[in-house]
Amino acid sequence: MTTPATSTLDAATSSRERSRRTVRKFVGRVLFVVGITLVGFFFALPLLWLVTAPFDANPTLTVSWPEWTLDNFALLAENRYALRSIGNSLVLGLGSIAVVVTLGSLAAYALSRVKIPGRDGLLYGLLLLSSVVTGTAAMVPLFQLMVQVGLINTQTGVILALSGGLLPTVVFILKDFMDSIPKSYEESARLYGARPHQILLHVVAPIARPGLSFVAVWTLVQVWGNFLLPYILLRSPEAQPAAVIMYTFYTESGQANLNLISAFSLVFSLPVVLLYFFVNRRYGFRFHGGIKS
Amino acid sequence: MSTAPPVAPDTARVRGNRRPTDVAGLGRLRAGAFMAPALALIGVFLIFPAVWTIYLGMTDYRLTGVAAADPQIVGLDNYTGALGDPEFWRSLQLTLVFVFLSGVLGQTLLGFAIAWSLRHLRPLVKTVIETLVLIAWVVPTSVGAFLWLALLDRRSGTLNALLDSPGTAWLIEYPMVSIIVFNIWVGTAFSMLLFSSALGSVPPSQMESSRMAGATAWQQLRDVVIPNIRGHILTNTLLITLWTFNTFTPYLLTAGGPNGATEILPVYIYRTAIPGGQLGVGAAISLIMLFINLVIALGYMRLARERRRP
Repeated sequence: MTTPATSTLDAATSSRERSRRTVRKFVGRVLFVVGITLVGFFFALPLLWLVTAPFDANPTLTVSWPEWTLDNFALLAENRYALRSIGNSLVLGLGSIAVVVTLGSLAAYALSRVKIPGRDGLLYGLLLLSSVVTGTAAMVPLFQLMVQVGLINTQTGVILALSGGLLPTVVFILKDFMDSIPKSYEESARLYGARPHQILLHVVAPIARPGLSFVAVWTLVQVWGNFLLPYILLRSPEAQPAAVIMYTFYTESGQANLNLISAFSLVFSLPVVLLYFFVNRRYGFRFHGGIKS
Repeated sequence: MSTAPPVAPDTARVRGNRRPTDVAGLGRLRAGAFMAPALALIGVFLIFPAVWTIYLGMTDYRLTGVAAADPQIVGLDNYTGALGDPEFWRSLQLTLVFVFLSGVLGQTLLGFAIAWSLRHLRPLVKTVIETLVLIAWVVPTSVGAFLWLALLDRRSGTLNALLDSPGTAWLIEYPMVSIIVFNIWVGTAFSMLLFSSALGSVPPSQMESSRMAGATAWQQLRDVVIPNIRGHILTNTLLITLWTFNTFTPYLLTAGGPNGATEILPVYIYRTAIPGGQLGVGAAISLIMLFINLVIALGYMRLARERRRP
């Protein structure tokens, strides 16, 4: 039972309370906007240089409004080292895709369709291994292995080492894809007398194409920016990919040529950024599992 | 060829309870043949190096000289040497600080804060922030590192121009802070994405009823959101720990310097084994690192299994 006197008191305190809450809400809102702006600024600030410097006639390390020109890209097109290194990155990327997609889909198909004892244990074991045996932890034995088998300083060696690390994840992803393919297609193909390899090539592969292309792009993104393995396993500049040449450009060449470096950074980054956003839009978060070291 | 008796699909369907999974008629033998190349590659380039580390770590293998041609078994000398070396302990300590501040605290908290704030933002602002964070992650690390070198440069870096602090050599005066902030910049995207999808899975009805009950944002976070996404927090923390522990990218920024001030374990192994030429010692430290990786990964798997149990 409230008397009239206390209820007006209540009303007074509650209106004061309400105005205090409005103030607090307002301050909170301001802090929130400031925070988000700062976060955006933090992530944008280093990237600004990548957007302005490549188009600047006289780029410095400071971000500034460029004197617009495309000469830097012409300079890049004349630089044999830069072009060859991008070619090398492509070789590494496409080579790894070829190995990983071929071997990965064969293994994933077999694992998906045939009951092999200990299958799940095998899959999880391999996945565990691939996250434990990282390029960093295994750099010494990998280096030594490549020296012993004569694959040091060859693209093949890097492709095999990279593929070995990526395959467990690829088999895992592809098995998921294969599991979701209805088996009735293969059943009817078999009814018409198709051999297993024909079924795989003409029935399963076309249906699994989204999965295969997803894995291909994922592999390319992983390999394209990988620095450590090519840095260790490829000692001659002729064989090194863009990730390593980029590093030598700014560490070993006395006075860094910013015209070249800026254009090179952009050309080197753009394909993988575009691919990433393309796949991200199509496949969503599944893309983000896996190793990025 | 196949070990399983060939069963026509029709008879199997009649039997109903035993529909063959082997629809393409692979048989176990051919299935094995399909798997063999992949397993061989994984065996040679993933499993063998890990196992070989054990042997290499017990030899005096060197990159050049007599010990390169004819390495001797030195037993546990490399381990006792490494464990008695103050440089190793400093490196391990730096690594722990680096993993904790940049991975566990920095990336996780910032990633969560961004994911949490993005929910109520206008789609345009949301896309802009998300894209910026993602680009920092996707840009090749050697490019990202150069962008930070440009930003932090002593003479003409943008940061000194902004802060009006000319001549501050960030990478020399604050080397650890620099690589920690750099790594937060590179890696936050993963936590942001993971927590964005986690927050989407919190039942809206629970959020609604807690708001009706007058919970503040903080109480809502503590009592509704966090209990719901505990599994995601765990996944995120362990993966980030593993990745940050194994990252080599700070090398691109400071090469371990100045004077070893940023020589985290991966850089320490690299400098000991490859430019330093002491492959045996490098392998011994690698094995310690593999072991720590294994502990983190097993811890993760165990917690994940416990979570699945009701």
